[in-house]
Amino acid sequence: MEPGSAFFMVLMAMIGGAIRVSTPFLFVALGEMITERAGRINLGLEGTLVLGAMSGYATSYQTGSPWLGVLVAGLAGCCMGMLHATICRLPKVNDIAVGIALMLFGTGIAFFFGKPYIQPSAPRLPSIPLGGWSDNPQVVEALKINPLFIIGIALAFFLAWALKNTRAGLILRVTGDSEVAARALGHSVALVRLAATGFGGFLAGIGGAFLSLYYPGSWNEGLSSGQGLMAVALVIFARWHPIRCMLAALLFGAAGALGPALQSIGITQGYYFFNAAPYILTLFLMIGSAGSKKALRDAPGELSLTR
Amino acid sequence: MTFDLLSRRSLLKGTAAGIGAASFGFPGMLRAATNVTIGIVYVGPKDDFGWNQAHAVSIGALKATPGVKIIEEENVPETAAVAKSMESMINLEGANLILATSFGYFNPFMVDVAKKYPKVTLRHAAPLWEKGKHPDNAGSYFGYLDQAHYVNGVAAGLSTKSNKIGFVAAKPISSVLRNINSVLWGARSVNPNATLQVIFTGDWALPVREAEAANALIGAGCDILTCHVDSPKVVIETAERRGIKSLGHNASQASLAPKGFITGAEYKWETIYKIFADAIAKGQPVPNVVFGGYDKDMVRNTAFGAGAEEPARKAAMAAMADLKANKPILKGPVKDNKGNVVLPNASYDNFDRVLDGMNFLAEGVVGSIT
Repeated sequence: MEPGSAFFMVLMAMIGGAIRVSTPFLFVALGEMITERAGRINLGLEGTLVLGAMSGYATSYQTGSPWLGVLVAGLAGCCMGMLHATICRLPKVNDIAVGIALMLFGTGIAFFFGKPYIQPSAPRLPSIPLGGWSDNPQVVEALKINPLFIIGIALAFFLAWALKNTRAGLILRVTGDSEVAARALGHSVALVRLAATGFGGFLAGIGGAFLSLYYPGSWNEGLSSGQGLMAVALVIFARWHPIRCMLAALLFGAAGALGPALQSIGITQGYYFFNAAPYILTLFLMIGSAGSKKALRDAPGELSLTR
Repeated sequence: MTFDLLSRRSLLKGTAAGIGAASFGFPGMLRAATNVTIGIVYVGPKDDFGWNQAHAVSIGALKATPGVKIIEEENVPETAAVAKSMESMINLEGANLILATSFGYFNPFMVDVAKKYPKVTLRHAAPLWEKGKHPDNAGSYFGYLDQAHYVNGVAAGLSTKSNKIGFVAAKPISSVLRNINSVLWGARSVNPNATLQVIFTGDWALPVREAEAANALIGAGCDILTCHVDSPKVVIETAERRGIKSLGHNASQASLAPKGFITGAEYKWETIYKIFADAIAKGQPVPNVVFGGYDKDMVRNTAFGAGAEEPARKAAMAAMADLKANKPILKGPVKDNKGNVVLPNASYDNFDRVLDGMNFLAEGVVGSIT
């Protein structure tokens, strides 16, 4: 494969796209995975993502420290998650309906407080240039990696290990699979879910900070075009497993880069179709994976979708 | 979108009087010099560094007019939602002049509302209204931004080293295609080897895909980027970060690219809104169609940035002078990028209606509209 060829360009763009575009999906999907493993669905993560993007950007602008922005975005997301958990704890409350309400609430307050931050430019997160070994500018550009991406990948592996091998992981899984069993073991279902939903919100907030502080790297009201919702779908397609969540996010990011990349090498016919590629891909993967018996076996038993 | 309930209630009381006053006028005319309520609908936020900001800033010309009340609604999608917004402005707020500022608002939404409320004046910011075909109380106003994009192209033609200019476009509609082609024609007028590569994102505001498109164009060798999307912030910032030059669109983005900004195509909506305001103040009908370019001071170019070198500045200034004098910029016959002759004449007036319906990418543009 010779550098400069059309195929090489598309490949590099897709690898670069996977790294650049997938990070918000990765964080939201991992967060939602933890929440759903505790037996609850938080559809409000789209709102959490937007709120995280806004609060992260605002903090970075006010303090000059983008990493502080990431932290504040996470905390704002955590608050949103715990709000979801607290409301859902009330009797006869449907977690999906609360999620939709919180999605609108999150975007609403983010737009409201975000108005003054649309115009100014805030300091952005740095990137680590890992492509120094190559003198091909495309390789160098594709391998400019944000630390959050690396953290996200490491987190996926850590969560996979922790869910299987730690006490906290066991408690989480028990709560998600059977409330009765969790209570019999002496664990508070509400508390576990509060922690799991709060953690999910924390990660979704960080995903939002990545959008506003790194790529595309500015705050405006059209920033998230449904990334939060797509990430929730990715969790189901990844069948609640952290490593599969990571792969799904990477695949989705790469597919998203396909449309612009093909147009840039001159394959310009049918760009609407290529731009829709990530969604078409998700649809087929969902049909292929979620319909199987195995998917049902992997689903947490207390999830309102499966119960 | 939130309305203050109290003011809405008190407005309801005043509405009957407002509509009554307007109904004495002929359709499409505003007779009352006072009590004019203008409803403005934006497709995005008012401070987007782009299209909506350009409108919102210029609305100031109308706000200052005595007897005029302004109602604004942001983030209204190009769906049935805009018809509801306009109807609520008419019925609840008593609006008698509606300014619909996004392309997709016109057909069928604004046309239907115009038919339903013949006593309300509606104006749409794109050259779509045709006498006889569309209701008389509707109309169009538009600045020929392609002229400012042509000036952009002239500056770009003398600034590019790779002879490749990148263009991130939203949708392949006539006004976008005309801006794309104008950048190329401007560039080729000073640099016959210049080419332009376009990537369509598919919608007006998709920040992540715009960033991807900008990166893909830079990867393909473009050393100047410009765009036609609602908020050019992402494209301009991406170009600046990657160390290449950029050309603005819609409003001034000079502050976003202190190193690489050359110049930008900007609307001067305040000229048009002032015409409206003057007509209203005098109690005259608002004209159905208001059009213009450099000749009528309805478009402009952003002041040169650090990316504009002396030859580019000089050539761009000369192009501006030509446009102000209404010298035709388009030399025919023009071929599209598939080799078909699409404009057979040797020369076209800058405001020739044939050019309004532009539906091709000119020879020299890499890209496809389907």
